[in-house]
Amino acid sequence: MQRIGVFVCWCGSNIAATVDVEAVSEALGHEPGVVFSTNYQYMCSQTGQDMIQEKIHEYGLTGVVVCSCSPRMHEATFRKTCEKAGLNPYMVEIANIREQCSWIHKDKAEATEKAIILGRAAIAKVHLNAPLTAGTSPVTKRALVIGGGIAGIQTALDIADAGFEVDIVEKKPTIGGKMTQIDKTFPTLDCAACILTPKMVDCAQNEKISIYSYSEVEAVKGFVGNFHVTIRKKARYVKEDVCTGCGLCTEKCPQKKVPNEFNLGMDNRRAIYIPFAQAVPKVATIDPNYCTMLKTGKCGVCSKVCTAGAIDYKQKDELIEREYGAIVVATGYNPIKLDQFDEFAYSQSPDVVSSLEFERLMNAAGPTSGTLLRPSDHTHPKTIVFVQCVGSRCDGAQKGKPYCSKICCMYTAKHAMLCREKYPDTDVYVFYIDVRTPGKGFDEFYRRAVEEYGVHYIKGMVGKVVPEGGKLKVQASDLLDNRQLHIDADMVVLAAAIEPDESARPLATMLTASMDTNDFFTEAHPKLRPVESPTAGVFLSGACQGPKDIPETVAQAGAAASKVIGLLSKDQLTCNPCVAQPDELMCNGCSSCEKVCPYGAITYVDKEFRGPNRTTLLRRVAQVNPAVCQGCGACTVACPSGAMDLKGFSNKQIMAEVDAICR
Amino acid sequence: MQVNGEWRPTIVAFCCNWCSYAGADLSGTNRLNYPANVKIIRIPCSCRLNPLFILRAFQRGADGVILCGCHPGDCHYTTGNYYARRRMTLLFSMLDYLGIERERTRVEWVSAAEGAKFAATMNDFVATITKLGENRRLEDLRCKE
Repeated sequence: MQRIGVFVCWCGSNIAATVDVEAVSEALGHEPGVVFSTNYQYMCSQTGQDMIQEKIHEYGLTGVVVCSCSPRMHEATFRKTCEKAGLNPYMVEIANIREQCSWIHKDKAEATEKAIILGRAAIAKVHLNAPLTAGTSPVTKRALVIGGGIAGIQTALDIADAGFEVDIVEKKPTIGGKMTQIDKTFPTLDCAACILTPKMVDCAQNEKISIYSYSEVEAVKGFVGNFHVTIRKKARYVKEDVCTGCGLCTEKCPQKKVPNEFNLGMDNRRAIYIPFAQAVPKVATIDPNYCTMLKTGKCGVCSKVCTAGAIDYKQKDELIEREYGAIVVATGYNPIKLDQFDEFAYSQSPDVVSSLEFERLMNAAGPTSGTLLRPSDHTHPKTIVFVQCVGSRCDGAQKGKPYCSKICCMYTAKHAMLCREKYPDTDVYVFYIDVRTPGKGFDEFYRRAVEEYGVHYIKGMVGKVVPEGGKLKVQASDLLDNRQLHIDADMVVLAAAIEPDESARPLATMLTASMDTNDFFTEAHPKLRPVESPTAGVFLSGACQGPKDIPETVAQAGAAASKVIGLLSKDQLTCNPCVAQPDELMCNGCSSCEKVCPYGAITYVDKEFRGPNRTTLLRRVAQVNPAVCQGCGACTVACPSGAMDLKGFSNKQIMAEVDAICR
Repeated sequence: MQVNGEWRPTIVAFCCNWCSYAGADLSGTNRLNYPANVKIIRIPCSCRLNPLFILRAFQRGADGVILCGCHPGDCHYTTGNYYARRRMTLLFSMLDYLGIERERTRVEWVSAAEGAKFAATMNDFVATITKLGENRRLEDLRCKE
C-alpha cells in the first residue's frame, strides 16, 4: 500500500476562485492510501515546494498527488521537488484542476466536484506507479539548420562560434534569403546587403559550417540527440568545387528570356545563372526548365566558354545521409499571392506592385538600378499610393490571413520616406487601418515619415483601383474625415501579408513538429520556451514561428543557437523512462509489436525458460531498446497476448483512472 | 451521475499528450467553457488507447467516451493516430454489432492550436450523449459501489 500525500494548489485565485480547495483537500484526504492532504496558495513557490519535501519526510510518503495547473506546465517542477526529498520523481502525478477545471467552469459546486474526481483519478494512478529510472542516450555533436536566410545564418554562426559543427540546408542556389532582396532596413535605414553579405561570407569561410545550397531535406528519422537526416542535393549541372563563379557562362548563355526570380520576374536572367553578385556559394546553376542543352541536347555554349570545365550536363541529384543532435527550423516566410485581391488591380496593371517588388525597384542592384520607374512605361511616378494590410487581419473573410503581419507598417513607412527623400516632387499617400510601431525607435521613425518627410497618412481602406489611361484611379475612404477620396496615382504599392514558406508544412510532418492553424510552427511554450518546438531537439528560428522583423529574427536565432549549444554540450541525454516493457512469460514472439513500432526499438531474442521436469525451453521473446523507444504505446495495444505494457501509462494505471472517473 | 436530482452524463475523454491534451489546455487558457462532465485522461499517443479501456469505461458506467489525437499526418510518433483510427473503426463495428449506439464513442482530431475546436467538440459531444440518455446496455451494475 502506498502512502500518498495530496497537495492542492490555489494558484492564487486562478483555482481557488472557482474550486473550493478546502473541500477538495478534505475529500481527497479520505481516499484510500492518502495519509496527508493539504492546500496552499502557490504550490510551485519555494515555500510550497519546501512543504512538499517536508511532508514527504514527515509522513514517509511513497507517492505524491499535486492538484494544480497542467502537467505540461509544472510536472517537471514537482518531480524535481520530490526527487530532492528522496522520492522517485515518477511517483508524482498531477491532477489538472486549472486548465481543465477552474478555468473552464463557472459553477463552483460543479468545478469542485470535478476537481475531486480528477484528484481521485490521480490518486488511483499513483497507487500503481512504480519508481522509474531514466536511461541515457549519446548526443551527436552536430546541428542541422534548415533554411539559409538571416535566421539560419545567425543560428549557424552562433552554434559554430561555440565550437560545434553545423550544416545549413538551403533550397535556393544561394544562402541569404529574403534579406538579400531588401534595399534598406528600418528604422536605421542602413543597407541590408552591407550587413548581411559579410555574414554570408563568414558562413562560407567558417570551417565548422558546411553549406548545402540548392538542397532540401528529404527525410528525418530518429529523436533528440540522434537524428538521421537525408538531404537531397539537387543537380545544378555545375561542379560546385570546380566553378570559380567568374560568371562568363551567365553572359554567354543564349537563353535570355528566363524570368529572374531574384527581381520577382521584373527582368530576365539566363538559363545558367548566379542569383546575384554576392551569392554564397558563388557558383552558377543551370535551370533545367529553360536550358536548351538539357531539354533538347543541342547547345552546350556554357560548357564551351567555361575555362574551368565545371559544367556537367549529366549531373544527378545526390542523396546525403547525416547524423545530427539537434535541428533548427528557419524556413522563413513569403508574401502571399495577390491574385485574390483583384480589387487593387494587381493582375491588370504592372504599375500595381507588391512591397517586395517595390523594394527591388528601389534597390541599386534591382532591375532599374535603383531609379524608381513605373514598370509599364519607365517614367518617373509622381503620385504613389501605399495600401497597408492587404491580406493581413482578414478574420472571417474568405481570403487573406487573420493575423497581423507585423512588419508592413514599418517597411511602408520606410518606402514612403525613401521615395520622398530621393524624389521630393512625388506625392506619397499611405492608407492604413492602424499604424503599429511597437519597437525600439519605430514610432520615432514613423513620425519622421509624417512630420519631416510629409507623407500623407490616411486612415481608411482603399476600395478599388481602376487602371485608366495610364493612370491608376484609386477610390478610397478617409475614415477620420468621413469622406470619399479619389486619387489619380501613377503607382500603387500593396503591403501583402506574409505567410510561412510552403516547404514548412511537409517539413513539420517529417519532424513531427506541430504547427498552428496558419502553418506557423508552434513553440513549446508561448512565453517561457519560445524558440523550442514541442518536439525535443527541434528548435525554431525566425519567421517560421510567426511574423518577425530582422532584429527579432536575429535575437531569436541567437536564442535558438544557445538552446542547441546547451543540448550539444551534453555528452549523454536523459531518456524518457516511460517506455514499453514486455512480460517475457506472456510474450509468444509473434512480431506484432515489432511491426507497429515506428522506431524499430523492438528486437527478438531467444531466451531460456524453465520447462516442466527440470527441462529448459528456448523461446523467442520481444526485447525493447529503452534508448530508442519513445513511449508511444502502439505496441501495447498491438500485442495479442497482452504481454507488452508501457511504464508510467500501464494498462492497470489507465484502467484505474477510468474506474475512478466513472465511480 | 446525479446532480441536484438531475441526471448528467459521465464522459471520459482520452487525449494524446502532444496535440489534444495541449488543445484542452489551450481551451482552458482561453477560458472556453465546456460542461464539467468531461473528464480527461492523458495518454502519450492516441495509439496507446486500448479499445478495452473504452469498454471498461462503459462497463463502469460511463455514458460516452471520446478519443482525441493529433490530425492524421501530424502524429508526434509519425504513425500512432493511423493505428488508433484503424482500431477504433474495428471497435465501432463491434459496438454496432452489440447494439450500442454509435454516437456514444467518437474520435476527433484536435491539434495543440485548436482550443476552440476542443471546447466545441466537447459541447457537442455532451449534448449528443445527454440526448441519448443513460448507458444501460454495457454498464455492469456489480461494479457500482
